[in-house]
Amino acid sequence: MKLEDLRKIRERASKDLNLRKGDARVHVVIGMGTSGIAAGARDVMAAFLDEIGKRNLADTLVTQTGERGLASSEPVVEVRIGGQPTVVYGEMTADKARRVVVDHVVNGNPVSEYVIEVRD
Amino acid sequence: MTRRLDVLVCSGAACVSSHSAKVREALTQEISRQGLGDEVRLVETGCMGPCELGPVLLVYPDGAFYIRVQPGDAAEIVEEHFLKGRPVQRLLWEDPEARRIAEKRKLVPFFEKQSKIVLANCGMIDPENIEEYIAANGYEALGVAITEKTSEQLIQTIIDSGLRGRGGAGFSTGLKWGFVAREESPTKYVVCNGDEGDPGAFMDRSLLEGDPHSIIEGMAIAAYATGAAKGYIYVRAEYPLAIKRLRTAIEQARHEGLLGERILETGFSFDLEVRIGAGAFVCGEETALIASLEGQRGTPLPRPPYPSTVGVFGKPTLINNVETWANIRHIILHGAEWFRSVGTDKSPGTKVFALSGNVCNTGLVEVPMGTTLRELVFDIGGGIPGGKGFKAVQTGGPSGGCIPAEHLDTPIDYESLKALGTIMGSGGVIVMDEDTCMVNIAKFFLDFSCDESCGKCIPCRIGTRQMKGILERITEGQGRPDDVGKLRELASVLKATSLCGLGQAAPNPVLSTLEHFADEYDAHIVDHRCPAKVCKPLIRYGIDKSQCRSCDVCRKACPVEAISGTPGGGPYVVDDEVCIRCGSCADVCPFGAIHVAAGAEVSVAVPGNGAI
Repeated sequence: MKLEDLRKIRERASKDLNLRKGDARVHVVIGMGTSGIAAGARDVMAAFLDEIGKRNLADTLVTQTGERGLASSEPVVEVRIGGQPTVVYGEMTADKARRVVVDHVVNGNPVSEYVIEVRD
Repeated sequence: MTRRLDVLVCSGAACVSSHSAKVREALTQEISRQGLGDEVRLVETGCMGPCELGPVLLVYPDGAFYIRVQPGDAAEIVEEHFLKGRPVQRLLWEDPEARRIAEKRKLVPFFEKQSKIVLANCGMIDPENIEEYIAANGYEALGVAITEKTSEQLIQTIIDSGLRGRGGAGFSTGLKWGFVAREESPTKYVVCNGDEGDPGAFMDRSLLEGDPHSIIEGMAIAAYATGAAKGYIYVRAEYPLAIKRLRTAIEQARHEGLLGERILETGFSFDLEVRIGAGAFVCGEETALIASLEGQRGTPLPRPPYPSTVGVFGKPTLINNVETWANIRHIILHGAEWFRSVGTDKSPGTKVFALSGNVCNTGLVEVPMGTTLRELVFDIGGGIPGGKGFKAVQTGGPSGGCIPAEHLDTPIDYESLKALGTIMGSGGVIVMDEDTCMVNIAKFFLDFSCDESCGKCIPCRIGTRQMKGILERITEGQGRPDDVGKLRELASVLKATSLCGLGQAAPNPVLSTLEHFADEYDAHIVDHRCPAKVCKPLIRYGIDKSQCRSCDVCRKACPVEAISGTPGGGPYVVDDEVCIRCGSCADVCPFGAIHVAAGAEVSVAVPGNGAI
């Protein structure tokens, strides 16, 4: 192994430590309260994690939050991209989640038909 | 599937002994029961610091810090936090002063006031996974050193950084490297001194357990700079986890071509071996360590010659302490100037301390040099438990001394501590509250040094015994008027004539307590009192007539039938001739009627203690 090879290992392995650095560009926050889970938030989260993993989006962090008082719109997902207003999506499904990853997280275009709120 | 949670389970020795492994098992089960196996990863790390609060867990990315986690808490943590995203409040660290729950680790004062360089990886990466170390910039310093730097450049960088030996004496590390590099010998060695033996010290153990690769990397850089091809890590047998993780790390480094022949495909070769010591305090002294490492009896030799000229197997040898080694890679990566920007002018960098004794947050901490003792004990340590008063702080173990309250604002650096009659030492810090007898503490450390004296030189072998004998009779109330003078005389002989540091420094605990707590020696010798009520032959137990309800509980608890009285009759009485001062009566008395007096004479003057 040469020094270049060591640096290649570091590049690969440091993605593995991203969670512990806490400096992601994109935060996807999924409402995982009881009503969220009942409405299918687990599948939505799984779809986000799968799609983000497939696309190798190391700068994207997926976390959960509790009930937000929007039970009729569950599952609710917030997407926060540094410097931009927070976009809240409602009545999410696994398929919608994959589209949000492609259009919003990767290409920067919020999927307007799923948006229920935009906050600064 | 992308992982979304890293759950760091502290697996330092302290958390292991509070059964962190069972907590980990329970978490693993719950995680798989909830089907979160792909999303949540458990990582075993080295010591996170607050050992008192173990087992501890740190959850990323949110940074929730769980304390005193039991296996039974696993189901709730996994369901509420890992699945639903609601941290379990009752298990988070609550700041006792602000009475607020710190949801994030960085908000806890214990962590907030620290600045971690050497310990940055401890509690953050898996010490048994070389890739995590590499990810944390590991082995980059070694790579840069052996491909881009000369021996002279590296040594100059270490000299310029001002790094001083973290084993306690504080000699310039760079100069030491230079001495070995200058020697013209085809065979040279580098050695890691991991014979940590001060009572209350566990810095080296935690570093070896939590970040073994940082030691390996530091040693490899030094080997390149000084021209050594072989190194030894000397560790005590009583650190089995450190030994296991070191051996795993060495194997992994060899496998990746970071140890062994032609490291990183350069012309530089270096390999390491772990040597296990039987746990003798004197083997922390470098010439004794070398003897032990060679398989001989661990006794010191006169210096010079220093190990830099005649060391392991008679060859030039560079010996540094564990923490010193752990600093090297950071200095090579970030430069001497960066290192000098931390700490004080004469003592740059940080220092790792093991906080123990009468302090709320016992554990492992790292602070910049120049931090005051007050910040260390009260801000990071959280002060004295049980509302007790602060009395003294002891640094440097059996070679150090006690610092009283009036010097709490002293900055921690080699010179300031020396001026107070103690030493930096390797980093053991023992906090003592008002119930501590300083004569007794001096006796404890002298007893330790006497026990650990190797017996080779007469001043140490006999001198420590003589001093211990005098201290024993003082604490037994048999002190003689000239005992303090005798202690001082013996101390000066030991300091001047002992062969090695053990004997030369053994009087320090006595001299520093004589300096700062002379009144306690007088109380013991002249008044036959122990003001802290610790020395059993001097204290007296008595029953307060006005508070005694003749309930008979104390009489039943007394193991030697020293208490007499009849239930419902008059107040009970302690027979001082029979009493063995075990304190059982005071522990059980429901009315707080049992009082302890510091000595026989004074107790008469205490109002309401007529029965004594």
